[in-house]
Amino acid sequence: MADKRKSCLSGKGVTKVFGFGRTRTVAVNNVDFDFKEGEVISIVGESGSGKTTLAKMLLGLISETEGDIYFQGEKRDISSHGKRKAYWQQIQAIFQDPFASFNIFNKIDSVLLDCINMRGGGRLPYEQKVEMMTEACSFVNLKFEELTNKYPFELSGGQQQRLMIARIFLLKPKILLADEPTSMIDACSRATILDYLLQLRDEVGMTPIFITHDIGLAYYVSDTVYIMEKGVFVESGSADEVILHPKQPYTQRLINDVPKIYEEWDLSTV
Amino acid sequence: MGKVMLDVRELTTKYITRFGEDVYAVDHVSLAIEEGRSLGVAGESGCGKSTLALSLMGYYFPPLYYTSGDIIIDDNNISGMDPDEVRKSILGREIAYIPQAALNALNPTQKIIHFIEDVVRAHDPTATKQEIYDMAKGLFESLGLPAEVLQKYAVELSGGMKQRTVIAISVILKPQVLIADEPSSALDVTSQKMVIKMLRNLMDNGYIKAMIFITHELPLLYNVTDDIMVMYAGQIVEKAGAHDAVFDPLHPYSKGLMGSIIVPEEGLRDVKLAAIPGVPPNLKNPPSGCRFAARCKYVRPECRVYSVPLREIGNGRSYRCVISEEELRDIYAREAQENG
Amino acid sequence: MKHMLQQIFQSGKFVTGFVIFVAIVLGVIIYPLVIPDPPLKIIAQGTFFEPGIYVNVYDSINTKYYTLNLDEAAERRIADRLGDEDRQAIQTWLVGNGMAENEIDITNTEQLLDQWFNNFDPTTRLPGMTNADRNYYIRLNNNIQGLLRTEGAVIAEMNEETAVLEETATVPQTAYVNISQVPNVRILPLGTDNFGRDVLTELIRATGVSLQIGLVAGAIATLIGLVLGLVSGYIGGFVDDIIMFITNLFTVIPSFVLLILISFSISQEQRGAFTIAVVIGFTSWVWTARAVRSQVISLRNRDHVNLSKLSGHSITHIIVRDILPYIASYVIMALILQISSGILAEAGLSILGLGPKTTEVPTLGLMMNWAMIYQAHILGKWWAYFPVILTIALIAFSMNLMNTGLDQVFNPALRE
Repeated sequence: MADKRKSCLSGKGVTKVFGFGRTRTVAVNNVDFDFKEGEVISIVGESGSGKTTLAKMLLGLISETEGDIYFQGEKRDISSHGKRKAYWQQIQAIFQDPFASFNIFNKIDSVLLDCINMRGGGRLPYEQKVEMMTEACSFVNLKFEELTNKYPFELSGGQQQRLMIARIFLLKPKILLADEPTSMIDACSRATILDYLLQLRDEVGMTPIFITHDIGLAYYVSDTVYIMEKGVFVESGSADEVILHPKQPYTQRLINDVPKIYEEWDLSTV
Repeated sequence: MGKVMLDVRELTTKYITRFGEDVYAVDHVSLAIEEGRSLGVAGESGCGKSTLALSLMGYYFPPLYYTSGDIIIDDNNISGMDPDEVRKSILGREIAYIPQAALNALNPTQKIIHFIEDVVRAHDPTATKQEIYDMAKGLFESLGLPAEVLQKYAVELSGGMKQRTVIAISVILKPQVLIADEPSSALDVTSQKMVIKMLRNLMDNGYIKAMIFITHELPLLYNVTDDIMVMYAGQIVEKAGAHDAVFDPLHPYSKGLMGSIIVPEEGLRDVKLAAIPGVPPNLKNPPSGCRFAARCKYVRPECRVYSVPLREIGNGRSYRCVISEEELRDIYAREAQENG
Repeated sequence: MKHMLQQIFQSGKFVTGFVIFVAIVLGVIIYPLVIPDPPLKIIAQGTFFEPGIYVNVYDSINTKYYTLNLDEAAERRIADRLGDEDRQAIQTWLVGNGMAENEIDITNTEQLLDQWFNNFDPTTRLPGMTNADRNYYIRLNNNIQGLLRTEGAVIAEMNEETAVLEETATVPQTAYVNISQVPNVRILPLGTDNFGRDVLTELIRATGVSLQIGLVAGAIATLIGLVLGLVSGYIGGFVDDIIMFITNLFTVIPSFVLLILISFSISQEQRGAFTIAVVIGFTSWVWTARAVRSQVISLRNRDHVNLSKLSGHSITHIIVRDILPYIASYVIMALILQISSGILAEAGLSILGLGPKTTEVPTLGLMMNWAMIYQAHILGKWWAYFPVILTIALIAFSMNLMNTGLDQVFNPALRE
């Protein structure tokens, strides 16, 4: 049944190698994937597993050493600035550290105006732009009137991450790569951020891809989970299948090592 | 009832900012840990957890200043003691401290054993190399660390191994109390588990008599400590046994915190995660009433006017809220029903 | 921005450096407004006049006298006019006459004169004394007698008809003029140099020119370094390889040697101060380029740059808006150091005689060069070179101090 849905992003033999000679490191090793439109995907891996490198390749921020990435069934072409810009209208990202994600010299207004320009709204009258920005901010429960002329770093981490989502709301991309979107913010803001992201999926028809080390988060949000270890996907499948009944020893260990509250946390296994 | 190892009464400490404002990051905190018990401190970032750790050790270096209250470690009152004196005679011997970035504390150009020699000699100049080596080897082996680590340089160790080495070194002078501030946050889950196992080992084998464990990761806290203390804006808002704190929180803030726990266990996907809107108050001028009032779902008019002291409700539990225990439980039960 | 300035001016080091620097700059600006003399004008006939107040003698004769009866005046006058040579001669005579050498103190004028008058006898002929020596002592005695006279000096004018000198006035020894009533008084706080120019005026102009050279050289070096560093760091790959190749070439060749060669190949006539500044600028960009490059490399993978890319911004936009502001503080610090090293490089070149041509403007380096050629340091004419050294040191010191202060503000790891 899942196969009937349209593929939005897929890859064949995607590989990324850094350095050469003795410093040669294979960060992502020949991975295949097929992300379907409308489902929530998680790529779970520990630090050094290559998940962030894969995310950057998917975003087109770094080029793949080998393999092909297909966007909506067609081979992705991001060879020129114009084509990249067109691609980035379709795929966007939220990064881990909100404090590092914004240019500290740019005001919040300019962050949001960039998004309107990106959607081709550069010529719109200013009043209409303000209206759009206000709408985007209110989507994430922020007040544009209070944010205008402020800098992102004047906000708390949670508010900045919400501003990031407001940005996505304006851009309305087809795919959103969320790289550890909640790992730097407090637990009690986490639910809000996740709620907004899932709400966006429903309203905009966006496919969210979570890149995370937090297996609990992956289980909570996603339909399909990919477990990544040392540059390869060791296991993938539906969230219930992979996380409640893992088959691969790596996945089993990973899940076993996470502290739990309902089951006994078995310390004897390390 | 065991001997009280660490007794803190009404401890208040403050930061003085560069503009001369006072920020009371630890506000009238009282706690007592008996021999053989461990206490967890939970709370959002900026609620005073780490400051509490420094304050408990008497580690007052600008911009942190001691204001009032008592800290009694193993019958020694160290409050108001000169911080340099504290560093010399208290740290390492009475209290050991493991900060989050402890794994960077090791000198990369020094072998681990040389570092240990320095630590031991600073307190006991007569110890010979062989004595120190034997002692360190015994300690490392009983904690499940290979003795070869002693002959290695810090850069040769993995992050988890470094952190465990630091922990082992920190207890070499046989401190009474160990304070661990996010000791495993920078590590992957497997290393984290090893660190936790080691801390438990230290407690079980009597290397340390009491432990304070600070983290924002509640599932971890639940699995490590006997009791949990929730802090908000520099104050204690709830104290309870670990199980009660996680499954039966009373204070609305604890309730929200516990409702935001994510663990990869069956049933999680059906739970609606709790969210607390807003941000903690700015401690430069804290609100006059309850500090949580601005973010509280159940706020009442009087909450904004005055705050109540920590209320003891028996069984070692206490919480800080005007609403009575029964009423809070009623509210929570009704809410759970509404959410299905 | 405002907050950052506040922070900068809270740094003691920066403020100290800034105050010294501003004082120097203000001096350079204000002094010519008060004393508009051309800096290279030769005013003194002779070399190395000592620092001091020069009073016109002719004018003071014609200025109104005031009589002041001051106790020490005569004594001081005699003490001053009895030269060291005369004192030694007196000593020689007295010793020859049988007095013990340790009884004579030639610095004590009063005692020495007493001893002289009590013992001197023009008729005595000491053993081994020639006639000429005897006459010398008789003349010396007369001179000393003359010194002790209390009459005033006579001012005489020649009568045009009779060609006879006629006394027109006498200046008594107790006559004083008020210096403010003398029309021509010149203060030379730092004396004159080997060419007879006022050292202070010259120094101040030279400081101005050297600062300009430093500024031009620093701006050129920083600009080249910044552009190369940004391009090489951000674009990377082949472009980076080429730029780093050139940079490494320049690193290997000591820039001062390069500077000497280039300066030498330009004829002295064509070496204006500006040319020298440009040459210095073009040989000292290497470290800025390397430092900027490494900063940019660490910045280009930051998330805010990624976000800017995802917002569809062009490379130029990203470099100018997302990278440049982050390294601005660093570049300013590099600029300050480049200015200060530019000033030092000019001084170094000029001392070697490869500085700007000497006919237009003075520079600190040229002043050092002149002082050295005319051996001011050997002759003990400290005022010709010491103030120059002090100025160079102060400029470099103030700039380095500002730099350290900025470093403490911008680099949290160094904060106290």
